Amino acid sequence: MNTTILLFLVQDGITNGAIYALLGLALVLVFAVTRVILIPQGEFVTYGALTYASLASGQMPGTAKLALAMGIVAFAFDLVAARKALHGRLIARSFLTNIVLPGIVLAVTLYFAGQKPPVAVSMALSLVIVALIGLSLYRIVFQPLAHTSVLVLLIASVGVHLALQGLGLLFFGAEGQRGPAVLSTAFTAGSLRFTGQSITVYGITIAFIVGLWLFFGLTLYGKALRATAVNRLGARLAGIRTTLSGQIAFLLASVIGALSGILIVPITTLYYDSGFLIGLKGFVAAIIGGLVSYPLTAAAALVVGLVEAFSSFYASNYKEVIVFMLLIPVLLLRSFAAPAVEEEKD
Amino acid sequence: MQTRLPILFFALVMAAIPFVPGMPPFWIVLLDNIGLAALVAMGLVLLTGVGGLTSFGQAAFVGFGAYTTAVLSTAYGLSPWLTLPLSLLVSGLFSVLLGLITVRLSGHYLPLGTLAWGLGLFYLFSKLEFLGRNDGISAIPPLSIGSFKMLDPGSIYYAVWAAVILSALVTMNLLDSRTGRAIRALRRGHVAAEAFGVHTPRAKLLVFIHAAVLAGLSGWLYAHMQRAVNPTPFGAQAGIEYLFIAVVGGAGYVWGGVLGAAIVVILKEVLQSYLPLILPGSGQVETIVFGIMLVALLQLAPGGVWPWLMSFLPQKANGKKPDTSLTLPARARAPGQGNVLLQVEKARKQFGGVIAVNNVSFDVQAREIVALIGPNGAGKSTTFNLITGVLSATSGSISVLGRKVDKAPPQEIVKLGISRTFQHVKLVPDMTVFENVAIGAHLRGHSGPVSSMLRLDRADEAKLLAEAARQIERVGLADQMHQLAGSLSLGQQRIVEIARALCVDPMLLLLDEPAAGLRHMEKQRLAALLRELRDGGMSVLLVEHDMGFVMNLADRIVVLDFGTKIAEGTPATIKTNPEVIKAYLGVAA
Repeated sequence: MNTTILLFLVQDGITNGAIYALLGLALVLVFAVTRVILIPQGEFVTYGALTYASLASGQMPGTAKLALAMGIVAFAFDLVAARKALHGRLIARSFLTNIVLPGIVLAVTLYFAGQKPPVAVSMALSLVIVALIGLSLYRIVFQPLAHTSVLVLLIASVGVHLALQGLGLLFFGAEGQRGPAVLSTAFTAGSLRFTGQSITVYGITIAFIVGLWLFFGLTLYGKALRATAVNRLGARLAGIRTTLSGQIAFLLASVIGALSGILIVPITTLYYDSGFLIGLKGFVAAIIGGLVSYPLTAAAALVVGLVEAFSSFYASNYKEVIVFMLLIPVLLLRSFAAPAVEEEKD
Repeated sequence: MQTRLPILFFALVMAAIPFVPGMPPFWIVLLDNIGLAALVAMGLVLLTGVGGLTSFGQAAFVGFGAYTTAVLSTAYGLSPWLTLPLSLLVSGLFSVLLGLITVRLSGHYLPLGTLAWGLGLFYLFSKLEFLGRNDGISAIPPLSIGSFKMLDPGSIYYAVWAAVILSALVTMNLLDSRTGRAIRALRRGHVAAEAFGVHTPRAKLLVFIHAAVLAGLSGWLYAHMQRAVNPTPFGAQAGIEYLFIAVVGGAGYVWGGVLGAAIVVILKEVLQSYLPLILPGSGQVETIVFGIMLVALLQLAPGGVWPWLMSFLPQKANGKKPDTSLTLPARARAPGQGNVLLQVEKARKQFGGVIAVNNVSFDVQAREIVALIGPNGAGKSTTFNLITGVLSATSGSISVLGRKVDKAPPQEIVKLGISRTFQHVKLVPDMTVFENVAIGAHLRGHSGPVSSMLRLDRADEAKLLAEAARQIERVGLADQMHQLAGSLSLGQQRIVEIARALCVDPMLLLLDEPAAGLRHMEKQRLAALLRELRDGGMSVLLVEHDMGFVMNLADRIVVLDFGTKIAEGTPATIKTNPEVIKAYLGVAA
């Protein structure tokens, strides 16, 4: 192997690793706050990517309608939950976020769909659509189950994954799609060619990690989220609405997922079911990070990306085997350093 | 546990089904598939619902079973009956390997870990040359007895359901035994179980192997039913599906696994065959509806369908009284008065910068009640944890009958005859008082898992249960014996813990705030019981805040404050000790 290939593989690995880092961060966030292992994270990726690609190629993405439909169901859930004490203001707020907002987004999407909107518009629309879906998803599926065990939440999460993946096929068809690059410039440094897209990937990943760090470190909401993650009951007693924390976590996760999707879809062709595997590699990173540590997760994601790049060069048949087996030594290490503290479960 | 009658009835019904005239052969295929899924789900019930270990990787073990027999019966021409033990062995061996790595992971790592190796193995199956890569292996010979070949779904049906019913029996036998109680205690954390000698990693590995072998059995049957294998049914999706079969059915119940399999298999079938008629159009409408229905089902019955159904049946009083005349061999009694049982010497425990226990020394002699008192945060419970091996001391030494036990794990300490209760009650709330107490006698039984599965443990088991019943009567809870431990008042739960500790037949009983939550009369009864135990040759070390209780009961009192021993003596001297008064009341300004 020569240096060019080496550098190319490293670059490829870092680009993928950056995406896995974003996804891993989102998974850690959602798990810490809501105890949900977010398997549908992969669907956020594909929804974001394919909505973006559809818009860019002048098609109407079905996800915009799904966002409105889920908003209506979420509004119905709110109505049923509040039936004993109907507060006008709460209902109005729920109506605004669950029905009016997705309605407007749908209208805007319909307006732009036929005319190949600029990249920035497609991107913004895709992000908003997926964010709305993520928000409603929490309201419909996970908020009613918030009191149950991690296992039940996990199974519900699988159910959501199946339903969303099926819907993905319905919306986008079985054909793979590619989207336009966010930045189409490119430059070369030595023997390496940097595309605008890969620079965007690095930039956005770093911005997000810094942003999350600032959000959790400095803002009141960020601190409330951290408090919920550490102790749910304690957070409630301190007046933090755990539902709100859950909503924020899902909102962030869906935005991160969609953004990752938009970032990869110009590089690789994505299919309606590609998200699952991409999400799982984010998982691998998250597990290595122990589902608690953000910097460790980000570092692990880079390792996963690099291992994937190199194994696809050397043993492409065994690429996935190698990536998933990467976990075993990590798990081994963790099991040797197993903490002796008692865990109170359920 | 349950009587065998309903199972016999179920077996007869299942045996009769193929003879129902006009039974569509397709339904039999469906039943075959339900049986195959039920086997795997049953293993998951034990692993996840009972043992609290969530695994997404079970499909890989089905794959091991299926591929083992596929390779051996095609490439090497082995008879399927010969490959059966080999299939189970391969699944079992891989489960030991993966289990050693995985089962020690706590909480949420475990499911993700299993998901990861489940996926890895799936890709391995689809890439290995000798497993036929993505195409798999075909032309697998059918099962046959003599010249009778089980070619059609109706004939292998019997093999499948015989396997299901036998496995259910074996699994239920296992749960209703000494090993089973240890497994059922796993879900509530390991400290309590280990305090009674349960080797928790071993118990976890055991359920892991059991579940894998059941999955391997399902794989073996699958290979000979389909007569071809390919990687698809052993992937992550399948692993996830098995798990939700178990959860939908009711993850804590053996028959919940079977019911869940029926629900999921039939639901999928109905959706696949009827949905396209209602909603014509492209794609996986059935997956969408399936996913939504799954979520709805969980929101309606988060505990699963089986317990929900069972709650409609009249509750039978499950109260067969064990024969209390059976006895277990008693421990050699401690030597007479004045001998030192427990010696704590300059024990010290630091957590980072906090010194929880600061060079504390005291002893407990034979036939003596010693009380450890002190304000909150004085280090009393930490001292208990040091003595029982839950924590290891930073420095200093602890010896029992002259033998140093500083580094011994809880399982070794209890063998020496020291048993304890916990400040925060650690019972398994969904087991009966009787079963909880029987965990205390764990070390006094000898039957292993295999003899339990085959019901060869009954003589041993009867003695353990007799001991448990005796101790429950002794503490005065005979009326509550068959209630769920979680339904008792907190005070009564503390008494249950004492009964459990007594099942060890201890020399020294460590009680952490036994009188908290008891009413006045109950406290008096407890004091009387403890005196009786002392007079019978046992020593008691107790932590307690109720001064009236302590002063009337204890022979000697050790007072801790901020981790340091500030006084020791008879109740009379402690009452007037100025240091003690200062620690409790502060100094007058």
